[in-house]
Amino acid sequence: MTDIPAKAAVASASNGSVLLTLMKARTFIALIAVLVFFSIAAPNFLSAANLILMSKHVALNAFLAMGMTFVIITGGIDLSVGSIVGLCGMVAGYLVLNGIDLQIGYTIYFNVLEIALITLAVGIVIGAVNGLLITRLNVAPFIATLGVLYVARGLALLSSDGRTFPNLVGKPELGTTGFGFLGAGRLLGLPVSIWILVVVALGAAYLAKYTPLGRHIFAVGGNERAARISGVRVNMVKMFVYMFSGFCAAIVGLIISSELMASHPATGESFELNAIAAAVLGGTSMSGGRGTIGGTIVGAFVIGILSDGLVMMGVSSFWQMVIKGLVIIVAVVVDQAQRRLQSRVTLMQMAKAG
Amino acid sequence: MTAAIDHDVILKLEDVSKVYSGTVAVKRANFEVRKGAVNVLVGENGAGKSTLMKIIAGVEQPTLGRILLEGEEVSFSSSGDAVNRGIGMVFQELNLFGNLTVAENIFATREITNRFRKIDSQEQERRAAEFLERLEAGIRPDMLVEDLRIGQQQLVEIAKAVSLDARILIMDEPTSALSAAEVEILFKVIADLKARGVAIVYISHRLEELIRIGDYITVLRDGRITGQEEMKNVDTQWIVRQMIGSDAKDFAKADGHVPGEEIFRAEDICLPRVTGGLAVDHVSLSLRAGEILGIYGLMGAGRSELFDCIMGRHGQATGTIFIAGKKVKERDTTRRIRRGLALIPEDRQREGLVSILSVASNLTLASLSRFVRLFHIRGAKENQAVTQMVRELAIKVADPAQEVSSLSGGNQQKVVIGKALLTGPKVLLMDEPSRGIDVGAKADVFRTMRRLSRDGLGILFATSDLDEVMALSDRIAVMSNGKLTGMFDRAEATEAALVAASALGHGPVPAHGEPRP
Repeated sequence: MTDIPAKAAVASASNGSVLLTLMKARTFIALIAVLVFFSIAAPNFLSAANLILMSKHVALNAFLAMGMTFVIITGGIDLSVGSIVGLCGMVAGYLVLNGIDLQIGYTIYFNVLEIALITLAVGIVIGAVNGLLITRLNVAPFIATLGVLYVARGLALLSSDGRTFPNLVGKPELGTTGFGFLGAGRLLGLPVSIWILVVVALGAAYLAKYTPLGRHIFAVGGNERAARISGVRVNMVKMFVYMFSGFCAAIVGLIISSELMASHPATGESFELNAIAAAVLGGTSMSGGRGTIGGTIVGAFVIGILSDGLVMMGVSSFWQMVIKGLVIIVAVVVDQAQRRLQSRVTLMQMAKAG
Repeated sequence: MTAAIDHDVILKLEDVSKVYSGTVAVKRANFEVRKGAVNVLVGENGAGKSTLMKIIAGVEQPTLGRILLEGEEVSFSSSGDAVNRGIGMVFQELNLFGNLTVAENIFATREITNRFRKIDSQEQERRAAEFLERLEAGIRPDMLVEDLRIGQQQLVEIAKAVSLDARILIMDEPTSALSAAEVEILFKVIADLKARGVAIVYISHRLEELIRIGDYITVLRDGRITGQEEMKNVDTQWIVRQMIGSDAKDFAKADGHVPGEEIFRAEDICLPRVTGGLAVDHVSLSLRAGEILGIYGLMGAGRSELFDCIMGRHGQATGTIFIAGKKVKERDTTRRIRRGLALIPEDRQREGLVSILSVASNLTLASLSRFVRLFHIRGAKENQAVTQMVRELAIKVADPAQEVSSLSGGNQQKVVIGKALLTGPKVLLMDEPSRGIDVGAKADVFRTMRRLSRDGLGILFATSDLDEVMALSDRIAVMSNGKLTGMFDRAEATEAALVAASALGHGPVPAHGEPRP
């Protein structure tokens, strides 16, 4: 009598309906679909140069989306990443041009590596501010990061009075040259930013799957109360995800400034929305507990290829926005339909077995 | 089945099944409700009574089967549908809005409005006062529900259901938080409704109550209906036999091992209540290694809150705890778990499990550090521990990578227990460990408790089930209104003494939650 649920569970586990499988692989199918479509519709789409260029575009969003994925898995949201991109770009630009004036007649100039590290630290600190607001002061993530969005953007504008820091070539005598390497450099034929993306993505995927912290991130998003009772340090987990998100945003700030060899304070506006879109498209559940780094990366590629491909086809940017929005909505609708279908199949089997 | 002449069947369920993810709550049930009578429904915890009632009240939809109202097939897509057809329900879990007043709750979704669609609060409060009057509860209609005592809230819930003017009124354990005097008033109200031809479905655990007011009785066991009779033809023995079935309750016999040294002591634990007063009121107790200490008490007696304090879940709790004679200075849950405390919470879904994670991830969630080298979870070691726990607790799962929500209630409970055990605890706190699980799983859980105590664990377990606490405990503590009101050795404990102690402070004079200016 009591083994009925177990039997039903086995039946549902082995239930491999074609529709369900297709729905589960939807992001991949979407990726292949856009690739096939544009390689037919847009000339030169499949050329190596174009693919690399697109990858560089996609990488920027992919960094933000990875940080966003962890945040969303814990059940939060980080609206401040776009502003952190802008502010971190300004920090890097300022340090290349001006160094830090010690107010005693000396100015310290840092080399490029040090500048990169300081910029990353700034991103992490802003993430920590988000985390503290959310864990210590109990501000809802949406509001806390919305506040930080404005503060960080304001600081970015203040840092230069709204002007661009131009021409970040640096001076050889100060040792500040070489800032362009991140954005324009290549290793083994691939752009440096792609290599960084690969490293960070592998690290994040490993963290999610094989470390206690990763498990805890999912547990907090799945059921915060249960996680707390199981001894998970919920506040520390939340601090981490916002700091990691800030770290990812700082990387993007560095890469963009380095590509342009200039820092503009408005850089990164509305990037947070693209990041959320990529995460959601990749199967991350906004209610927390579900999501993968791999899915998010695929999601970022779908969005990136879609917009670049449409540009190559000469579709107006207004239509691009409409199409992007529709794709996101469809993705989430399919996601919901899949969950419903899956649970209904399981329930019906159990009812019959009972 | 005997059909009385004057009690027509008004509602009939035919072959109704209800399946939740993981559990078959009701299996092919046939159930009849008669007019002008009290139709009693009994069964153990988790037998499916509440589910069956929710189906009638339109809160849940049956997975299979059909509902006949006065011979006509109906389907309710929401509780609103059922209310329109004259079916009202008093819920076991209070479905009230704490932030609204009593009158606003009673008239929720049926607000009385004036010509301009503005809510007429005065009229609502006047009418609410009439219903409350009948319940003699001393509740003012303009009070906020969250300021009321739990028993008073239950009365509001009853007033709300009565105000529906329903033809069928379902009461799911309406007396669980009421004092003896309040129960008498409720019975008067029920008699009154009956005289007006209302069909009442009454669910309760308290057999004396059922025999007193019931006209027809239906017994549920494990989601199936096992007996249906007129009340005058049955006695307590019959009810118990139908409830428990041939496989009588298996409590796993005590093996007569002698408890060891004191392993845990709590001194002067206090927890303030939001509405004033103390939810846990200066509770001190001690526990020896290998001892099972049962904590008996009614709903809202403060048992769960006591466990929460011990686990360090409330920053504002005061008092000290000792493990093996050493004072525990750590105040947060994480470090208390490391010191050897583990909690199996009462509400499996909300506090015990992360339902979207796998069985394996849930099992090891609290003890991941055991499987980690540097920062890497060693999969082989983790799997080994999971496999061992699955075998030890007889968790029925095809593959531990399955989502935990696909298991039955009993197996889910075993996963929660396994998670606690993997932390290597010295003291195990179990809050209602047998709630909502089937008979077989219950027996497994009880056997596990015995085995653990033999291995030298100290077990504190809270329950509102008298049989359970009498059968399993070496000593029994009784809580009422946040206070420890009795401590008995098993030899000297009697059911009467426990019940008396559990009712202390629940007299006609309510101690807490009285209206304050």
